[in-house]
Order: sequence, then C-alpha cells, then structure tokens
Amino acid sequence: MLQQIEGSHAIAESVARCRPEVVCAYPISPQTHIIEAIGVMVKEGALAPCEFINVESEFAAMSVSIGASAAGARAYTATASQGLLFMIEAVYNAAGLGLPIVMTLANRAIGAPINIWNDHSDAMAVRDSGWIQLFAETNQEAADLHVQAFRLAEELSVPVMVCMDGFILTHAVEGVDLLDQEQVDGFLPPYEPRQVLDPEDPVSIGAMVGPEAFEEVRYLAHLRQLDALDRIPEIAAEFAAMSGRDSGGLVRPYRLEDAETVIVAMGSVLGTIKDAVDERRDAGERLGVLGITSFRPFPLEAVRQALAGRARVIVVEKAFSLGMGGVLATDVAMAIGTTTLHTVVAGLGGRPITRTALLDMLERARSGRLDPLSFLDLDEGVIARERARMATVRRSGPFAENVLRDLGRPREDPA
Amino acid sequence: MFQVRIHGRGGQGVVTAAELLAVAAFREGRHAQAFPSFGSERTGAPVVSYCRIDDREIRTREPISTPDAVVIQDVTLIHQVDLFSGLDESGYVLINTSRTFAELGLGELAERCRPDHLMTCPATELALEHVGRPVPNAALLGGFAALTGQVPIHAIGDALRDRFGPTVGERNLAAATAAFDHVRAQMEVVSGAAAD
Repeated sequence: MLQQIEGSHAIAESVARCRPEVVCAYPISPQTHIIEAIGVMVKEGALAPCEFINVESEFAAMSVSIGASAAGARAYTATASQGLLFMIEAVYNAAGLGLPIVMTLANRAIGAPINIWNDHSDAMAVRDSGWIQLFAETNQEAADLHVQAFRLAEELSVPVMVCMDGFILTHAVEGVDLLDQEQVDGFLPPYEPRQVLDPEDPVSIGAMVGPEAFEEVRYLAHLRQLDALDRIPEIAAEFAAMSGRDSGGLVRPYRLEDAETVIVAMGSVLGTIKDAVDERRDAGERLGVLGITSFRPFPLEAVRQALAGRARVIVVEKAFSLGMGGVLATDVAMAIGTTTLHTVVAGLGGRPITRTALLDMLERARSGRLDPLSFLDLDEGVIARERARMATVRRSGPFAENVLRDLGRPREDPA
Repeated sequence: MFQVRIHGRGGQGVVTAAELLAVAAFREGRHAQAFPSFGSERTGAPVVSYCRIDDREIRTREPISTPDAVVIQDVTLIHQVDLFSGLDESGYVLINTSRTFAELGLGELAERCRPDHLMTCPATELALEHVGRPVPNAALLGGFAALTGQVPIHAIGDALRDRFGPTVGERNLAAATAAFDHVRAQMEVVSGAAAD
C-alpha cells in the first residue's frame, strides 16, 4: 500500500515482512529509527516469532547475528559509521563463513573529526569484506532492496548490506509503496541454510585454514560474488514481475542513449543529478546518468557496456581514498579497462609465492594467455569439487571445512 | 514544485510540522517530501525542516535554498538566523507572533514582498488554548493552509489525527482551524485595503 512514511519506518516494515527470526542491533544515528521501530513490532507481537536481542555494542550485535544465522535463523541487523567500524572484525567473519545476514547500513561519515552526517565512507571501509553491497536511490528502492536482499543472501549464502543514505533517506518522509505480507511470502521462501549448527547432524563452522587452502576458500567466496552478478538482475526481474516495480539490478541507466557525457554515482544523489541532467539536456547537451546499485559485486561488464564509446565519464562519489582519490572512480576505470594491466592475486593466507609459479605466469603473459584477473597457484580441482557439491545438495555444509576435508582425502588418482 | 522551509527551535515540533504537511499533501494525491536539517538537535537550538510538494515525482534531495514559503515558529530567531535566505518577492511568510512585521524589525522585508503573502498568527497562544501545550506547529500548519492554499485544512486534520490519535489530533486540529480562520481574516483585511 502506498503511504507517506519516514524512510526508516518503511525499512522496518519491509524487513518485518521478511519475517526475520533474530534481530540484534545497537542504536547509532542515523540508523536508530529503523531498530526502534522493529523493536516495537517485536514487543507488541506484530513481528513474531522473532527475538529482538539487546546487546552492549555493535561488535556484539554482529556476533549475535553470526550465531543466530549459523543456528539456522533468518538474521537482520543495522548500523552506520563508527558502529560499522566497531563490528568490522565480525563483519569479515560473517562473510568469510558465508552466513546470509542482511544488514542495513544507514550511510554516515567516519570520524575523526566526528560527524554524524551522510557520506559513503563507512560502506567503502568494508567493500573488501565479502559482503554484497547494494545502494538504494530512494526509500522505495531501499524498501524493495531489503526483500530482494534476503532472497539473494540466502540463495547464495552470502551476507548482504543494503546501503541507504543516512538522514537524506532514513529521515525523509515520502511516498513508499510497501508490499503486503502475501507478496513477500510468495517472493521470499523460508530460509533453507547451506550450513547449520544442528545437534542431530553436527558440523563445526569456522575452521583454521592454512596456506594450503586459504586461497581456494577465498576464491570460492569470490565465485559466489560472481554468482550474485547473475542472480541480482534475475531477482530484480522476478521482483518487477511480482510488484510491478523496477528496483534493484546491477546498474540503473538514465537517458544514456545518445549521451556523450555520462555521470556515474550511487545512492540518493542520483535524483538530484537527474534533475540537473534534465535541465542541461533541455539546453541541448547530451548527458546521461549511470547509477550503480550493486557496488559489490562490481558489475564490470555492465559498466563497461554502458560507458563504451562515451566522450567523457564523470564519477560523483561521496567518499575518497586519502592519498589516492576516487574509490568508485577506480572501479569504473577498471571497467572501462586497459589492455596493458593484469591483476595476479598471490600469496593469500601465507600461500608461498614460488619462482616456478612466477615463471609460469610470465610465460602465460608472454604468450598472451594471462587473464585480466588471475589467481596464482590456484587448485582448480578442489574448487570444482566444492562447486559440484554445492550444485548437488542444498545443505552442502561449511565450505572451508569441505575444502580442508577434500584436501586431506587420499587421492584416487595420485598423479 | 512548491517548497517550504520551517524555522524553529528544538522542542517546537519543527520536524513534525514538515512531516505533517507532507502527509497532508500526500492525502490530497500529491507528491511530497519532508526532511529535517539533520543536525544534532537539542531543545532550544535552532532547527530547520523542509517540505516539497509537487504534482510529479520529486527526485531532488538537496536542502531548500529558494523556498516559496517560510514558516517561522519562534520570533527569537529573527535577526539571529538568515530566515529569509533565497525567498523572492512573491514568497510567502508566516510568523508565529501577535506583533506586526514592522514591530519585529522586518519592515524592509514587508516592503519588498506582497502584503497578502506576509501573515502572522499567535500560534503558541492558540496551541495553549486548544491543546494545552505551547507547541505552535499544528496551528501554523492551519495558517499555512489559509495563506498558500497548498493543502486544505481537512487534509491537515487527517494528518494530525493519523499522527496523534483522535483526541489529541482533534485538539491540534482545533488550534489549526483557529489559526486558519485568523490568517484568513487577516488576508481579507489586506485584500480589502488593496481594493480601497
């Protein structure tokens, strides 16, 4: 039902309709209204069964979310800024363990100097953590993205962060059309975990992984991000068919057809940019906009296609890397591409970088067989076997443990 | 697009006023967007809130720098805060006071703006009378409805009942209606004077 509602309350309602079973969060501006509203719904019994757990810090909030998710519960939390930094160790753990927690990040600057207002520094601080990061342009899109986020997270067993601009969206009262419970239930099936702490079928989650397998475990997590590049647009299309609303997806093009100059941005600023572009379009300038909805995984191919052949690309971003420059711009530059640059990921988790491996890599480079992105000494067999297990059984178990067990197993073919 | 900027102090319901106005406009089938000035608001500190009303989707997210109307909930802000920044000569001003613009030291503003667009309303007194608390926001919304015609008073009433429930909502609507009548009467005096 379309209603005039504060962004935070729209998110709380949308999350509640996703039926989270455990919500654990610690208040911080500008996220507080979301959590307050969910707390009220749990207390009044409007959101049930659901346990709202009060904790003493953001670190505890994410740790409880990890425990709840590992126990098979649909888990939700929300934070911002310093709160995100305080939970950052657990943020990495949630992703590394492959636990499909959904978190709202009410984007806010990071101190010092202390500042409560909006920018994207907090999201950028965890862009390499392994969480999927989706950016909302409006409160409508933020509400819709949360429903899509649970679906995506649980299918892939990867945590998803929905980023929405603090205050600008969280505190704005505007029209939001919320899905009814039946629509959400039809779109979001009950959580079917890939791994669960079950006394009837015990597993351990969180193994120590040494140099022999760390790179492979990381690469498997990377592959799930690449899976998300396929699933994000498919889920958005299904959502559109169900709701009639076009929200989510990888990128959102606006007036790109004949654009010579394209502005790239993320989040709520896209609306203001579109107004400015319309004004200059009326004066005859050929401008277009490319909104990035999925920042992680970064849709290199979609961005490349959208920006191919443009005379100028302008990235407007609410964060920067001190001593370097643009963060989003760097990713956009990778998408636009260069034929001379190759990335070779090597030495993860103590994996020795050997002269033999380097010589082999250099030979591939000389003969034109070195991909733009490659992983040195990657054991592709163990990767393929884990991917096959995942394709065969839903409850495929903790993937790090699976890789270790696989490597420890006697080889039938010792060659 | 019609853009409103509301100035007041923490505790006077400045943010709530913009939200109520957005809800009232929405109930009339219009697009509306309300948002606060995002400060660390404290009781008594200057606070600003914004509301945009349009017949099409509102995409911009910037603070309102060229308002069509300015509502001032607290006269002690006059000459302290740049209240009329960006307001052109056709803009509307509504001030919570029983004094005149000249008495408030706003003679210059009164000279450059249309007299039928500059109104005052003793909103705090009306709130005390009808609601029992010195919170002028609902009354000023009634005055705003009379002054600008952007939203009907019944839509303000709907928004107030939604927000505060039937009992307190009705009391606030009584204050808003009294303010509406007060501003309407003032406008008739001004237009009568213009006709003379």
